[in-house]
Amino acid sequence: MKKLMPLIVFLVLCFLPLIGLSSYVMHILVLVIMWSIIGMAWNLLGGYCGQVSFGHAAFFGMGAYSSGLLYHHLGISAWWGLLVSVPVLAITSLVIGFICLRLRGAYFALATLALGEVLRVTAENLVKFTQGDLGILIKQRTWVEKTWYFYVILLLAAGSFFLIKKVMKSKLGYYFVAIREDQDAANSLGINTTLYKTIALCLSGILTGIAGAFYMNYMGYIDPTTVFPLYDISIVTVMVVMVGGVATYSGPVIGALIMVFLAEVIRSMPRIGAAHQTLFGILLIFIIIFLPNGIVGDFRKITGRFKPRGALK
Amino acid sequence: MSLLHIQRVSKRFGGLAALTDVSYSVERGEILGLIGPNGAGKTTLFNVVNGFYPPTKGDVFFKGEKISHLQPYQICKRGVGRTFQVVRPLQRMTVLDNVIASAFLRAKDKAEAERIALDIVEFTGLYEDRSLVSKGLPLGKRKKLEIARALATQPEMLLLDESFAGLNPSEQNELIDIIRRVKTKGITIMIIEHHMKVIMSLSDRVVVLNYGEKIAEGTSQEIGNNPLVIEAYLGEAERASN
Repeated sequence: MKKLMPLIVFLVLCFLPLIGLSSYVMHILVLVIMWSIIGMAWNLLGGYCGQVSFGHAAFFGMGAYSSGLLYHHLGISAWWGLLVSVPVLAITSLVIGFICLRLRGAYFALATLALGEVLRVTAENLVKFTQGDLGILIKQRTWVEKTWYFYVILLLAAGSFFLIKKVMKSKLGYYFVAIREDQDAANSLGINTTLYKTIALCLSGILTGIAGAFYMNYMGYIDPTTVFPLYDISIVTVMVVMVGGVATYSGPVIGALIMVFLAEVIRSMPRIGAAHQTLFGILLIFIIIFLPNGIVGDFRKITGRFKPRGALK
Repeated sequence: MSLLHIQRVSKRFGGLAALTDVSYSVERGEILGLIGPNGAGKTTLFNVVNGFYPPTKGDVFFKGEKISHLQPYQICKRGVGRTFQVVRPLQRMTVLDNVIASAFLRAKDKAEAERIALDIVEFTGLYEDRSLVSKGLPLGKRKKLEIARALATQPEMLLLDESFAGLNPSEQNELIDIIRRVKTKGITIMIIEHHMKVIMSLSDRVVVLNYGEKIAEGTSQEIGNNPLVIEAYLGEAERASN
Protein backbone atom coordinates (compact mmCIF):
# COMPACT_ATOMS: atom_id res chain seq x y z
CA MET A 1 0.00 0.00 0.00
CA LYS A 2 2.68 2.40 1.05
CA LYS A 3 4.64 1.53 -2.07
CA LEU A 4 1.66 2.28 -4.29
CA MET A 5 0.83 5.56 -2.60
CA PRO A 6 2.78 7.82 -5.00
CA LEU A 7 1.16 6.07 -7.97
CA ILE A 8 -2.32 6.48 -6.48
CA VAL A 9 -1.72 10.15 -5.78
CA PHE A 10 -0.43 10.58 -9.31
CA LEU A 11 -3.48 8.89 -10.86
CA VAL A 12 -5.91 10.84 -8.71
CA LEU A 13 -4.19 14.05 -9.76
CA CYS A 14 -4.36 12.98 -13.40
CA PHE A 15 -8.14 12.78 -13.22
CA LEU A 16 -8.63 15.82 -11.05
CA PRO A 17 -8.95 18.40 -13.84
CA LEU A 18 -11.73 16.32 -15.44
CA ILE A 19 -14.17 17.12 -12.65
CA GLY A 20 -14.17 20.76 -13.66
CA LEU A 21 -12.42 22.65 -10.91
CA SER A 22 -12.45 26.41 -10.92
CA SER A 23 -9.54 28.26 -12.42
CA TYR A 24 -8.49 29.44 -8.95
CA VAL A 25 -8.33 25.94 -7.51
CA MET A 26 -6.36 24.78 -10.53
CA HIS A 27 -3.95 27.65 -9.99
CA ILE A 28 -3.40 26.61 -6.39
CA LEU A 29 -2.84 23.00 -7.46
CA VAL A 30 -0.28 24.05 -10.06
CA LEU A 31 1.55 26.05 -7.41
CA VAL A 32 1.46 23.15 -4.96
CA ILE A 33 2.96 20.80 -7.53
CA MET A 34 5.57 23.34 -8.58
CA TRP A 35 6.59 23.84 -4.97
CA SER A 36 6.76 20.08 -4.52
CA ILE A 37 9.41 19.95 -7.23
CA ILE A 38 11.40 22.76 -5.65
CA GLY A 39 11.04 21.08 -2.25
CA MET A 40 12.15 17.72 -3.61
CA ALA A 41 15.12 19.37 -5.25
CA TRP A 42 16.12 21.14 -2.06
CA ASN A 43 15.58 17.96 -0.08
CA LEU A 44 18.05 16.08 -2.27
CA LEU A 45 20.79 18.55 -1.42
CA GLY A 46 19.74 19.70 2.05
CA GLY A 47 17.90 16.68 3.39
CA TYR A 48 19.85 13.76 2.00
CA CYS A 49 23.27 15.24 1.35
CA GLY A 50 23.13 17.57 4.37
CA GLN A 51 24.14 20.73 2.52
CA VAL A 52 21.55 23.26 3.66
CA SER A 53 21.03 25.97 1.09
CA PHE A 54 19.38 29.31 1.74
CA GLY A 55 19.79 30.37 -1.86
CA HIS A 56 17.57 28.16 -3.96
CA ALA A 57 16.02 31.29 -5.44
CA ALA A 58 19.27 31.51 -7.40
CA PHE A 59 18.43 28.29 -9.24
CA PHE A 60 14.75 29.09 -9.57
CA GLY A 61 15.51 32.53 -10.97
CA MET A 62 18.18 31.24 -13.33
CA GLY A 63 15.68 28.72 -14.71
CA ALA A 64 12.99 31.34 -15.10
CA TYR A 65 15.36 33.78 -16.76
CA SER A 66 16.92 31.24 -19.11
CA SER A 67 13.41 30.54 -20.32
CA GLY A 68 12.37 34.19 -20.45
CA LEU A 69 15.54 35.40 -22.15
CA LEU A 70 15.25 32.78 -24.87
CA TYR A 71 11.84 34.15 -25.68
CA HIS A 72 12.88 37.75 -25.31
CA HIS A 73 16.12 37.70 -27.30
CA LEU A 74 15.64 34.86 -29.76
CA GLY A 75 11.90 35.04 -30.10
CA ILE A 76 11.45 31.29 -29.67
CA SER A 77 8.91 29.65 -27.42
CA ALA A 78 9.69 29.98 -23.74
CA TRP A 79 8.93 26.27 -23.40
CA TRP A 80 12.42 25.61 -24.79
CA GLY A 81 13.50 26.98 -21.46
CA LEU A 82 12.58 23.67 -19.85
CA LEU A 83 15.33 22.04 -21.91
CA VAL A 84 17.79 24.91 -22.00
CA SER A 85 17.60 25.42 -18.26
CA VAL A 86 19.22 21.99 -17.78
CA PRO A 87 22.68 22.90 -19.14
CA VAL A 88 22.37 26.48 -17.85
CA LEU A 89 21.63 25.27 -14.34
CA ALA A 90 24.28 22.57 -14.53
CA ILE A 91 26.87 25.27 -15.24
CA THR A 92 25.42 27.63 -12.63
CA SER A 93 25.51 24.84 -10.06
CA LEU A 94 29.11 24.02 -10.91
CA VAL A 95 30.11 27.64 -10.41
CA ILE A 96 28.12 27.99 -7.20
CA GLY A 97 29.45 24.64 -6.02
CA PHE A 98 33.00 25.65 -6.76
CA ILE A 99 32.57 28.73 -4.60
CA CYS A 100 30.32 27.42 -1.82
CA LEU A 101 30.95 23.71 -1.42
CA ARG A 102 34.37 24.22 0.07
CA LEU A 103 32.48 25.68 3.02
CA ARG A 104 30.68 23.56 5.58
CA GLY A 105 27.50 23.82 7.60
CA ALA A 106 26.36 27.32 8.42
CA TYR A 107 29.04 28.86 6.22
CA PHE A 108 27.73 27.00 3.20
CA ALA A 109 24.20 28.17 4.02
CA LEU A 110 25.36 31.78 4.32
CA ALA A 111 27.33 31.63 1.09
CA THR A 112 24.32 30.32 -0.85
CA LEU A 113 22.16 32.98 0.73
CA ALA A 114 24.58 35.63 -0.46
CA LEU A 115 24.77 34.17 -3.95
CA GLY A 116 21.00 34.21 -4.32
CA GLU A 117 21.02 37.89 -3.48
CA VAL A 118 23.95 38.54 -5.80
CA LEU A 119 22.00 37.04 -8.68
CA ARG A 120 18.93 39.13 -7.87
CA VAL A 121 20.94 42.34 -7.85
CA THR A 122 22.68 41.26 -11.05
CA ALA A 123 19.37 40.61 -12.79
CA GLU A 124 18.15 44.01 -11.64
CA ASN A 125 21.17 45.82 -13.01
CA LEU A 126 21.96 44.05 -16.26
CA VAL A 127 19.20 46.14 -17.76
CA LYS A 128 20.23 45.63 -21.38
CA PHE A 129 20.21 41.87 -21.05
CA THR A 130 17.43 41.19 -18.56
CA GLN A 131 15.34 44.36 -18.83
CA GLY A 132 16.06 44.93 -15.13
CA ASP A 133 13.07 45.75 -12.99
CA LEU A 134 10.86 46.00 -16.05
CA GLY A 135 10.91 42.24 -16.14
CA ILE A 136 10.12 39.94 -19.02
CA LEU A 137 6.63 39.54 -20.34
CA ILE A 138 5.44 36.78 -22.62
CA LYS A 139 2.96 38.58 -24.83
CA GLN A 140 0.84 35.59 -25.54
CA ARG A 141 0.67 32.67 -23.16
CA THR A 142 0.38 29.22 -24.68
CA TRP A 143 -2.91 28.28 -23.07
CA VAL A 144 -5.61 30.30 -21.43
CA GLU A 145 -6.90 27.30 -19.53
CA LYS A 146 -4.86 25.98 -16.60
CA THR A 147 -5.44 22.33 -17.45
CA TRP A 148 -2.44 21.81 -19.71
CA TYR A 149 -0.11 23.71 -17.39
CA PHE A 150 -1.36 21.39 -14.70
CA TYR A 151 -0.45 18.30 -16.71
CA VAL A 152 2.97 19.66 -17.67
CA ILE A 153 3.94 20.40 -14.08
CA LEU A 154 2.42 17.13 -12.89
CA LEU A 155 4.60 15.18 -15.33
CA LEU A 156 7.66 17.15 -14.29
CA ALA A 157 6.90 16.46 -10.63
CA ALA A 158 6.34 12.75 -11.24
CA GLY A 159 9.62 12.65 -13.15
CA SER A 160 11.47 14.41 -10.31
CA PHE A 161 9.95 12.11 -7.70
CA PHE A 162 10.95 9.03 -9.67
CA LEU A 163 14.44 10.36 -10.39
CA ILE A 164 15.13 11.20 -6.75
CA LYS A 165 13.90 7.81 -5.61
CA LYS A 166 16.14 6.14 -8.16
CA VAL A 167 19.13 8.25 -7.14
CA MET A 168 18.63 7.59 -3.44
CA LYS A 169 18.54 3.84 -3.98
CA SER A 170 21.81 3.90 -5.89
CA LYS A 171 25.43 4.42 -4.94
CA LEU A 172 24.87 8.17 -5.20
CA GLY A 173 22.20 8.03 -2.50
CA TYR A 174 24.39 6.10 -0.11
CA TYR A 175 27.22 8.53 -0.71
CA PHE A 176 24.97 11.57 -0.17
CA VAL A 177 23.77 10.28 3.18
CA ALA A 178 27.29 9.26 4.17
CA ILE A 179 28.44 12.82 3.48
CA ARG A 180 25.54 14.23 5.51
CA GLU A 181 26.32 12.03 8.48
CA ASP A 182 30.05 12.63 8.61
CA GLN A 183 32.09 14.26 5.91
CA ASP A 184 35.50 13.33 7.28
CA ALA A 185 34.54 9.71 7.82
CA ALA A 186 33.05 9.60 4.31
CA ASN A 187 36.25 11.04 2.92
CA SER A 188 38.40 8.42 4.59
CA LEU A 189 36.06 5.69 3.32
CA GLY A 190 37.03 6.60 -0.20
CA ILE A 191 34.22 9.01 -1.02
CA ASN A 192 35.28 12.06 -2.99
CA THR A 193 33.11 14.39 -0.93
CA THR A 194 33.62 17.45 -3.12
CA LEU A 195 32.62 15.55 -6.25
CA TYR A 196 29.50 14.02 -4.75
CA LYS A 197 28.39 17.23 -3.09
CA THR A 198 28.74 18.90 -6.48
CA ILE A 199 26.62 16.19 -8.09
CA ALA A 200 23.92 16.69 -5.44
CA LEU A 201 24.03 20.44 -6.00
CA CYS A 202 23.79 20.04 -9.78
CA LEU A 203 20.80 17.70 -9.58
CA SER A 204 19.11 19.96 -7.07
CA GLY A 205 19.87 23.07 -9.10
CA ILE A 206 18.64 21.56 -12.36
CA LEU A 207 15.32 20.42 -10.88
CA THR A 208 14.76 23.80 -9.26
CA GLY A 209 15.68 25.53 -12.51
CA ILE A 210 13.17 23.48 -14.46
CA ALA A 211 10.50 24.55 -11.99
CA GLY A 212 11.65 28.13 -12.61
CA ALA A 213 11.42 27.72 -16.37
CA PHE A 214 7.90 26.37 -15.95
CA TYR A 215 7.02 29.34 -13.77
CA MET A 216 8.03 31.73 -16.57
CA ASN A 217 5.74 29.93 -19.01
CA TYR A 218 2.94 29.64 -16.52
CA MET A 219 2.86 33.15 -15.13
CA GLY A 220 3.91 34.84 -18.34
CA TYR A 221 5.76 37.54 -16.47
CA ILE A 222 8.86 37.60 -14.30
CA ASP A 223 11.06 40.24 -12.76
CA PRO A 224 14.02 39.95 -10.40
CA THR A 225 11.97 40.43 -7.24
CA THR A 226 9.50 37.68 -8.10
CA VAL A 227 11.97 34.95 -9.07
CA PHE A 228 15.08 35.78 -7.03
CA PRO A 229 13.63 36.83 -3.66
CA LEU A 230 15.17 35.62 -0.43
CA TYR A 231 11.91 35.28 1.53
CA ASP A 232 9.37 34.22 -1.01
CA ILE A 233 11.52 31.59 -2.69
CA SER A 234 14.67 30.66 -0.77
CA ILE A 235 13.17 30.64 2.71
CA VAL A 236 9.84 29.19 1.63
CA THR A 237 11.75 26.35 -0.07
CA VAL A 238 13.44 25.50 3.21
CA MET A 239 10.08 25.72 4.99
CA VAL A 240 8.32 23.44 2.53
CA VAL A 241 10.82 20.72 3.34
CA MET A 242 11.01 21.43 7.06
CA VAL A 243 7.24 21.37 7.45
CA GLY A 244 6.78 18.30 5.31
CA GLY A 245 9.72 16.27 6.52
CA VAL A 246 13.42 16.51 5.85
CA ALA A 247 14.96 13.52 4.06
CA THR A 248 11.64 11.84 3.29
CA TYR A 249 10.27 11.17 -0.18
CA SER A 250 6.78 12.55 0.38
CA GLY A 251 7.73 15.30 2.84
CA PRO A 252 8.24 18.02 0.22
CA VAL A 253 4.86 17.23 -1.37
CA ILE A 254 3.01 17.45 1.95
CA GLY A 255 5.01 20.55 2.85
CA ALA A 256 4.18 22.23 -0.45
CA LEU A 257 0.51 21.48 0.02
CA ILE A 258 0.46 23.00 3.50
CA MET A 259 2.62 26.01 2.70
CA VAL A 260 0.76 27.03 -0.46
CA PHE A 261 -2.64 26.68 1.19
CA LEU A 262 -1.44 28.48 4.28
CA ALA A 263 -0.01 31.31 2.20
CA GLU A 264 -3.30 31.66 0.35
CA VAL A 265 -5.38 31.58 3.51
CA ILE A 266 -3.22 34.06 5.38
CA ARG A 267 -2.93 36.42 2.43
CA SER A 268 -6.69 36.57 2.02
CA MET A 269 -7.26 37.42 5.67
CA PRO A 270 -7.94 41.12 6.23
CA ARG A 271 -5.16 43.00 8.05
CA ILE A 272 -3.16 39.89 8.98
CA GLY A 273 -2.51 39.20 5.30
CA ALA A 274 0.42 41.57 5.07
CA ALA A 275 2.14 39.78 7.93
CA HIS A 276 2.30 36.37 6.27
CA GLN A 277 6.08 36.26 6.55
CA THR A 278 5.82 36.88 10.28
CA LEU A 279 3.33 34.07 10.64
CA PHE A 280 5.53 31.76 8.56
CA GLY A 281 8.40 32.58 10.88
CA ILE A 282 6.36 31.66 13.93
CA LEU A 283 5.20 28.47 12.26
CA LEU A 284 8.80 27.55 11.49
CA ILE A 285 9.78 27.99 15.13
CA PHE A 286 6.93 25.73 16.23
CA ILE A 287 7.83 23.09 13.67
CA ILE A 288 11.48 23.08 14.72
CA ILE A 289 10.56 22.71 18.39
CA PHE A 290 7.71 20.22 18.21
CA LEU A 291 8.14 18.39 14.91
CA PRO A 292 11.84 18.59 14.10
CA ASN A 293 11.43 15.83 11.51
CA GLY A 294 8.45 17.46 9.84
CA ILE A 295 4.95 16.13 9.43
CA VAL A 296 5.96 13.01 7.54
CA GLY A 297 9.03 12.34 9.69
CA ASP A 298 7.13 12.77 12.96
CA PHE A 299 3.86 11.26 11.75
CA ARG A 300 3.84 8.68 14.54
CA LYS A 301 4.28 11.43 17.10
CA ILE A 302 1.26 13.30 15.74
CA THR A 303 -1.05 10.30 15.55
CA GLY A 304 0.18 9.16 18.98
CA ARG A 305 -1.06 12.42 20.43
CA PHE A 306 -4.64 11.65 19.54
CA LYS A 307 -4.68 8.10 20.82
CA PRO A 308 -6.09 7.63 24.29
CA ARG A 309 -3.33 7.06 26.77
CA GLY A 310 -2.72 3.50 27.88
CA ALA A 311 -5.19 2.09 25.39
CA LEU A 312 -4.31 -1.24 23.90
CA LYS A 313 -4.05 -0.61 20.20
CA MET B 1 59.78 -3.35 -0.73
CA SER B 2 57.75 -2.51 2.34
CA LEU B 3 54.04 -1.86 1.98
CA LEU B 4 54.09 1.47 3.76
CA HIS B 5 57.13 3.61 4.13
CA ILE B 6 57.14 6.72 6.27
CA GLN B 7 60.14 8.81 5.34
CA ARG B 8 61.38 11.53 7.67
CA VAL B 9 57.89 12.87 8.28
CA SER B 10 57.50 16.06 10.29
CA LYS B 11 54.24 17.79 11.03
CA ARG B 12 54.04 21.19 12.65
CA PHE B 13 50.95 23.06 13.78
CA GLY B 14 52.25 26.60 13.97
CA GLY B 15 54.96 26.47 16.60
CA LEU B 16 54.01 23.02 17.86
CA ALA B 17 56.00 20.13 16.46
CA ALA B 18 53.52 17.25 16.54
CA LEU B 19 55.86 14.95 14.62
CA THR B 20 59.59 15.34 14.12
CA ASP B 21 61.52 13.36 11.56
CA VAL B 22 59.66 10.10 11.98
CA SER B 23 60.76 7.25 9.72
CA TYR B 24 59.78 3.61 9.67
CA SER B 25 58.28 0.99 7.43
CA VAL B 26 55.41 -1.42 7.70
CA GLU B 27 55.98 -4.76 6.01
CA ARG B 28 53.30 -6.60 4.09
CA GLY B 29 51.25 -8.92 6.25
CA GLU B 30 52.43 -7.77 9.67
CA ILE B 31 50.65 -6.10 12.56
CA LEU B 32 52.56 -3.07 13.67
CA GLY B 33 51.70 -1.51 17.00
CA LEU B 34 52.12 2.22 17.42
CA ILE B 35 52.35 3.26 21.05
CA GLY B 36 53.30 6.29 23.05
CA PRO B 37 52.01 8.50 25.85
CA ASN B 38 49.05 10.83 25.26
CA GLY B 39 49.98 13.62 22.88
CA ALA B 40 52.91 11.71 21.42
CA GLY B 41 51.60 12.25 17.90
CA LYS B 42 50.16 8.83 17.12
CA THR B 43 46.83 10.01 15.77
CA THR B 44 48.57 12.87 13.97
CA LEU B 45 50.74 10.29 12.24
CA PHE B 46 47.60 8.38 11.22
CA ASN B 47 46.11 11.58 9.90
CA VAL B 48 49.22 12.18 7.83
CA VAL B 49 49.25 8.63 6.44
CA ASN B 50 45.51 8.78 5.79
CA GLY B 51 45.76 12.14 4.05
CA PHE B 52 43.87 14.41 6.43
CA TYR B 53 47.05 16.43 6.96
CA PRO B 54 49.80 16.89 4.46
CA PRO B 55 53.17 16.42 6.18
CA THR B 56 55.14 19.61 6.75
CA LYS B 57 58.27 17.74 5.71
CA GLY B 58 58.96 14.24 4.49
CA ASP B 59 56.88 11.79 2.49
CA VAL B 60 54.71 8.74 2.86
CA PHE B 61 54.97 5.93 0.32
CA PHE B 62 52.41 3.17 -0.15
CA LYS B 63 53.50 0.29 -2.37
CA GLY B 64 56.38 2.46 -3.51
CA GLU B 65 54.07 5.23 -4.62
CA LYS B 66 54.11 8.61 -2.93
CA ILE B 67 50.77 9.21 -1.21
CA SER B 68 51.50 12.25 0.92
CA HIS B 69 49.58 15.27 -0.41
CA LEU B 70 46.82 13.05 -1.77
CA GLN B 71 43.28 13.41 -0.41
CA PRO B 72 41.95 10.83 2.07
CA TYR B 73 39.52 9.36 -0.46
CA GLN B 74 42.34 8.88 -2.97
CA ILE B 75 44.48 7.17 -0.36
CA CYS B 76 41.55 4.96 0.57
CA LYS B 77 41.15 4.03 -3.09
CA ARG B 78 44.79 3.00 -3.22
CA GLY B 79 44.11 0.54 -0.42
CA VAL B 80 44.47 2.18 2.99
CA GLY B 81 41.44 1.94 5.27
CA ARG B 82 41.19 3.56 8.68
CA THR B 83 39.06 3.73 11.79
CA PHE B 84 38.68 6.69 14.11
CA GLN B 85 39.56 6.95 17.76
CA VAL B 86 36.22 8.61 18.44
CA VAL B 87 33.86 6.28 16.61
CA ARG B 88 32.08 7.96 13.76
CA PRO B 89 29.36 5.71 12.38
CA LEU B 90 26.95 7.24 9.91
CA GLN B 91 24.43 7.62 12.68
CA ARG B 92 21.10 7.67 10.94
CA MET B 93 21.92 4.72 8.72
CA THR B 94 21.52 1.08 9.64
CA VAL B 95 24.57 -1.02 10.34
CA LEU B 96 24.30 -2.76 6.99
CA ASP B 97 23.79 0.49 5.08
CA ASN B 98 26.89 1.89 6.75
CA VAL B 99 28.90 -0.99 5.41
CA ILE B 100 27.21 -0.91 2.00
CA ALA B 101 28.13 2.76 1.63
CA SER B 102 31.79 1.82 2.06
CA ALA B 103 31.54 -1.26 -0.12
CA PHE B 104 30.49 0.86 -3.09
CA LEU B 105 34.11 1.95 -3.40
CA ARG B 106 34.99 -1.30 -5.17
CA ALA B 107 31.59 -2.73 -6.03
CA LYS B 108 30.23 -2.36 -9.55
CA ASP B 109 26.60 -2.24 -8.52
CA LYS B 110 24.35 -2.33 -5.51
CA ALA B 111 23.92 -6.10 -5.53
CA GLU B 112 27.66 -6.57 -5.31
CA ALA B 113 28.00 -3.89 -2.61
CA GLU B 114 25.34 -5.64 -0.60
CA ARG B 115 27.06 -8.98 -1.00
CA ILE B 116 30.40 -7.58 0.15
CA ALA B 117 28.72 -5.80 3.04
CA LEU B 118 26.85 -8.89 4.23
CA ASP B 119 30.08 -10.90 4.18
CA ILE B 120 31.84 -8.32 6.27
CA VAL B 121 28.98 -7.82 8.68
CA GLU B 122 29.07 -11.56 9.26
CA PHE B 123 32.86 -11.54 9.57
CA THR B 124 32.83 -8.86 12.25
CA GLY B 125 30.00 -10.47 14.22
CA LEU B 126 27.44 -7.76 13.48
CA TYR B 127 25.05 -9.92 11.48
CA GLU B 128 22.37 -9.95 14.16
CA ASP B 129 22.48 -6.16 14.41
CA ARG B 130 22.59 -5.44 10.69
CA SER B 131 19.22 -3.69 10.47
CA LEU B 132 19.64 -1.56 13.60
CA VAL B 133 20.18 2.15 13.23
CA SER B 134 23.80 2.66 14.21
CA LYS B 135 23.03 5.60 16.49
CA GLY B 136 21.75 3.34 19.26
CA LEU B 137 24.54 0.79 19.07
CA PRO B 138 26.60 0.17 22.22
CA LEU B 139 30.24 1.22 22.06
CA GLY B 140 31.62 -2.27 21.54
CA LYS B 141 29.52 -2.77 18.46
CA ARG B 142 30.20 0.69 17.15
CA LYS B 143 33.91 -0.07 17.33
CA LYS B 144 33.29 -3.25 15.37
CA LEU B 145 31.24 -1.28 12.89
CA GLU B 146 34.15 1.09 12.39
CA ILE B 147 36.33 -1.85 11.49
CA ALA B 148 33.61 -3.35 9.30
CA ARG B 149 33.27 -0.12 7.38
CA ALA B 150 36.99 0.16 6.83
CA LEU B 151 37.13 -3.49 5.72
CA ALA B 152 34.32 -2.94 3.24
CA THR B 153 36.61 -0.67 1.22
CA GLN B 154 38.71 -3.83 0.78
CA PRO B 155 41.97 -2.33 1.93
CA GLU B 156 45.43 -3.83 1.75
CA MET B 157 46.30 -1.95 4.88
CA LEU B 158 44.16 -1.08 7.84
CA LEU B 159 44.86 1.73 10.30
CA LEU B 160 43.16 1.09 13.65
CA ASP B 161 43.05 4.02 16.03
CA GLU B 162 42.41 2.84 19.59
CA SER B 163 39.81 0.31 18.67
CA PHE B 164 39.98 -1.17 22.16
CA ALA B 165 39.47 1.95 24.26
CA GLY B 166 36.44 1.64 26.51
CA LEU B 167 35.76 -2.01 25.79
CA ASN B 168 35.18 -4.61 28.48
CA PRO B 169 37.46 -7.68 28.58
CA SER B 170 35.11 -9.96 26.66
CA GLU B 171 34.60 -7.36 23.95
CA GLN B 172 38.37 -6.92 23.85
CA ASN B 173 38.86 -10.62 23.28
CA GLU B 174 36.29 -10.66 20.50
CA LEU B 175 38.05 -7.77 18.82
CA ILE B 176 41.48 -9.38 19.18
CA ASP B 177 40.01 -12.39 17.44
CA ILE B 178 38.59 -10.25 14.64
CA ILE B 179 41.91 -8.50 14.12
CA ARG B 180 43.78 -11.83 14.00
CA ARG B 181 41.32 -13.04 11.37
CA VAL B 182 41.79 -9.81 9.41
CA LYS B 183 45.50 -10.53 9.41
CA THR B 184 44.99 -14.03 8.03
CA LYS B 185 43.14 -12.43 5.13
CA GLY B 186 46.49 -10.91 4.21
CA ILE B 187 45.63 -7.38 5.33
CA THR B 188 48.47 -5.44 6.89
CA ILE B 189 47.55 -3.64 10.08
CA MET B 190 48.94 -0.62 11.89
CA ILE B 191 47.30 -0.21 15.27
CA ILE B 192 47.40 2.53 17.89
CA GLU B 193 46.65 1.13 21.30
CA HIS B 194 47.05 1.92 24.97
CA HIS B 195 46.21 -1.52 26.31
CA MET B 196 49.65 -3.06 26.66
CA LYS B 197 48.26 -6.56 26.79
CA VAL B 198 46.52 -6.09 23.47
CA ILE B 199 49.54 -4.53 21.82
CA MET B 200 51.95 -7.12 23.14
CA SER B 201 49.77 -10.05 22.12
CA LEU B 202 48.81 -8.75 18.68
CA SER B 203 51.78 -6.89 17.27
CA ASP B 204 54.62 -8.42 15.35
CA ARG B 205 56.58 -5.24 15.81
CA VAL B 206 56.08 -2.06 17.81
CA VAL B 207 57.06 1.55 17.14
CA VAL B 208 57.16 3.95 20.07
CA LEU B 209 56.58 7.67 19.74
CA ASN B 210 57.27 10.24 22.41
CA TYR B 211 56.88 13.99 21.94
CA GLY B 212 56.52 13.43 18.21
CA GLU B 213 59.76 11.51 17.84
CA LYS B 214 60.33 7.84 17.28
CA ILE B 215 62.23 6.60 20.32
CA ALA B 216 62.18 2.88 19.67
CA GLU B 217 61.24 0.20 17.19
CA GLY B 218 61.38 -3.56 17.55
CA THR B 219 59.56 -6.71 18.55
CA SER B 220 57.27 -6.43 21.55
CA GLN B 221 59.90 -8.28 23.57
CA GLU B 222 62.60 -5.76 22.69
CA ILE B 223 60.27 -2.84 23.35
CA GLY B 224 59.29 -4.20 26.75
CA ASN B 225 62.94 -4.24 27.75
CA ASN B 226 64.04 -0.96 26.20
CA PRO B 227 64.96 1.44 29.04
CA LEU B 228 64.02 4.53 27.00
CA VAL B 229 60.54 3.18 26.41
CA ILE B 230 60.10 2.16 30.01
CA GLU B 231 61.05 5.60 31.16
CA ALA B 232 58.81 7.40 28.68
CA TYR B 233 55.82 5.22 28.76
CA LEU B 234 55.56 1.92 30.49
CA GLY B 235 56.93 2.88 33.88
CA GLU B 236 58.78 0.57 36.23
CA ALA B 237 55.68 -0.90 37.79
CA GLU B 238 54.16 -1.89 34.47
CA ARG B 239 57.35 -3.65 33.52
CA ALA B 240 57.43 -5.53 36.80
CA SER B 241 53.93 -6.78 36.23
CA ASN B 242 54.84 -8.17 32.82
